[in-house]
Amino acid sequence: MDYFIELFLGGLTRGSIYALIALGYTMVYGIIQLINFAHGEIYMLGAFTALIVAGILTMLGWNQVAILVIASIVAVVYSAAYGFTIEKIAYKPLRQAPRLSALISAIGMSMFLQYYVLLAQTSNFLPFPNLIPDFKFLEPIEHIVRSSEIVIYATTAIVMVLLTGLIKFTKIGKAMRATAQDRDMAMLVGVDVNKVISMTFIVGSATAALGGVLIASHTGQINYYIGFIAGIKAFVAAVLGGIGSMPGAVLGSLVLGMSESFFTGYISSDYEDVFAFLFLVFTLIFRPSGILGRTDTDKV
Amino acid sequence: MMKNHVRKILALAFTTTFICLTLSGLSLAADTIKLGVAGPHSGDLASYGIPTIKAAELVVKEINAKGGVLGKPVELVVEDDVCKPEVATNTATKLVGESVNVVLGHICSGATKAALGIYKDSKIVVMSPSATNPGLTQSGDYPNFYRTIASDDAQAQLEVDFALNILKVKKIAVLHDKGDYGKGLAEFAKKFLEESEDAEVVLYEGVTPGAVSYAAVVQKIKRSGAEAVIFGGYHPEASKIVMEMRKKKMKTLFISDDGVKDDTFIKVAGVYAEGVYATGPKDVSQNEMTSIANDAHKAAYGEDPGAFFLNAYAASLALLNAIEKSGSTDYDAISMALKKEYVDTPLGSIRFDEKGDATGVGFSMYRVKNGAYYEVK
Repeated sequence: MDYFIELFLGGLTRGSIYALIALGYTMVYGIIQLINFAHGEIYMLGAFTALIVAGILTMLGWNQVAILVIASIVAVVYSAAYGFTIEKIAYKPLRQAPRLSALISAIGMSMFLQYYVLLAQTSNFLPFPNLIPDFKFLEPIEHIVRSSEIVIYATTAIVMVLLTGLIKFTKIGKAMRATAQDRDMAMLVGVDVNKVISMTFIVGSATAALGGVLIASHTGQINYYIGFIAGIKAFVAAVLGGIGSMPGAVLGSLVLGMSESFFTGYISSDYEDVFAFLFLVFTLIFRPSGILGRTDTDKV
Repeated sequence: MMKNHVRKILALAFTTTFICLTLSGLSLAADTIKLGVAGPHSGDLASYGIPTIKAAELVVKEINAKGGVLGKPVELVVEDDVCKPEVATNTATKLVGESVNVVLGHICSGATKAALGIYKDSKIVVMSPSATNPGLTQSGDYPNFYRTIASDDAQAQLEVDFALNILKVKKIAVLHDKGDYGKGLAEFAKKFLEESEDAEVVLYEGVTPGAVSYAAVVQKIKRSGAEAVIFGGYHPEASKIVMEMRKKKMKTLFISDDGVKDDTFIKVAGVYAEGVYATGPKDVSQNEMTSIANDAHKAAYGEDPGAFFLNAYAASLALLNAIEKSGSTDYDAISMALKKEYVDTPLGSIRFDEKGDATGVGFSMYRVKNGAYYEVK
């Protein structure tokens, strides 16, 4: 039973990590139907920014919690600026072009950012300091769940609730939903579509950066390539849950994380990816738009 | 045009034959010990083969200056195999035709394997400075083959011996990163453990490189009750697994290979790296012979030696020493001497085991202590 709980919590951590990245993916897709392949790179940039800021602050002798907060804020702001700029440079000029062109532009952007960090920083793995303090009350069960995991679970839940609230109850959220439904019509009724799309990228990038900081702090190492694999997995999770849906992204991520963890634990980790993708294939056969995806027909 | 070509080729063929005949005539007359040197001396992989020629030249020069072997001067017969098995058989045939006494080479495992059958039929001892394929010695098919480099499975053997005899663990988990290098090593380690029957392989798994977390695999190691993990792969995965284990308060020993014996591993894993074992090439820079060989190379060619230079230097010394000690160029006598007589080389004082691998050549075990790797004596 202990083993089951440990695998469950491990899967929950994995799933929450995917979810923090998948939320941004699914949000951008929901609004402009673009698979933003550069999203994983934003996550990686967030981690690198936090590493640099944390390094400086540690030298200045700040305490751990202050470093965590400041590093996260700087990483979030910096990455959001990247997200905003990427949209303006790589996607906005292609908004009227076929969807495939924007997709290729996204792949190009992803490679650009990877190799930019490779050249500007290093190709080696770098140690990432443990920014999340060890909670005293967790000591007796530390071998089962670490404080960084608790922080990741909590952050994922909070981010999901906040984003859902943003979209359901605020004015900009309403404008986002309108843009998602019909961009031209939204423009006609006076919605500033450019602003809405920029906002989407800023929010999406901010969540990815937050994910980057927490996950890097949990795993303890980063390099320029971490965004690619995490990004692909998060994308799969978003599709599994129903791309465009916030709760779907979280659910899909948890299902993916759990299934990988249990498959590794009870069968074999040799084929964990095979199993994860088989699961995706079967889900999509029976529910083509994902677990929580809307099954409305494509707009014509 | 066509005719012209044919004429040129014919002319070339005649001259070559003529030169060969004259050369062999000359050497027969001079009565020398002939050391064949085979390997890639042109083409893409020439950089692997040429240092061996240089090593042989240096050794031969020195030995001839001291009066040669069995009172006769040593002569080099150099043949190119461009690292291709189909060429290597021709190379071997040529060297046999030149009636060489022993052969230094070949360089690539594939070419070596192709050539060995021909030498075996002619009863010629062959010693490679670089062919690492385990089967060349272990299959027992080539009793005439020796080498001065450790075979691919030597690291796995060392890891297993260390775990069983020094750490004395009974339950071992074998993990790998699914890559050629890591999985290859893990398969050997598993095989050796199963053959030894002193310990049980409680877990054999591949992990996915780059995955966000290895928590599930680590839980599995914990549940398996393994006292030690043998990991085949590189340092990014190793540091993630070690950190996850230590953060989960597991004291399981971690033993890995020269993909992990890298300072980046210690830098990334930090305090968690303490106590990790990893195999790495033996440090021979302190050997007196090493500096003699390197200095001789610098003096003669004005540059630092290339790949496998020291291994080739050691092999040349071992071959010629065996002829000298056995007092003849007879195949059985040379084989006996190689296995019995120790010879001082840059790789240390070596002889060869029953299968033809040099003893004491290869890898050492290192352990992380205070943020650096130290050799475990």
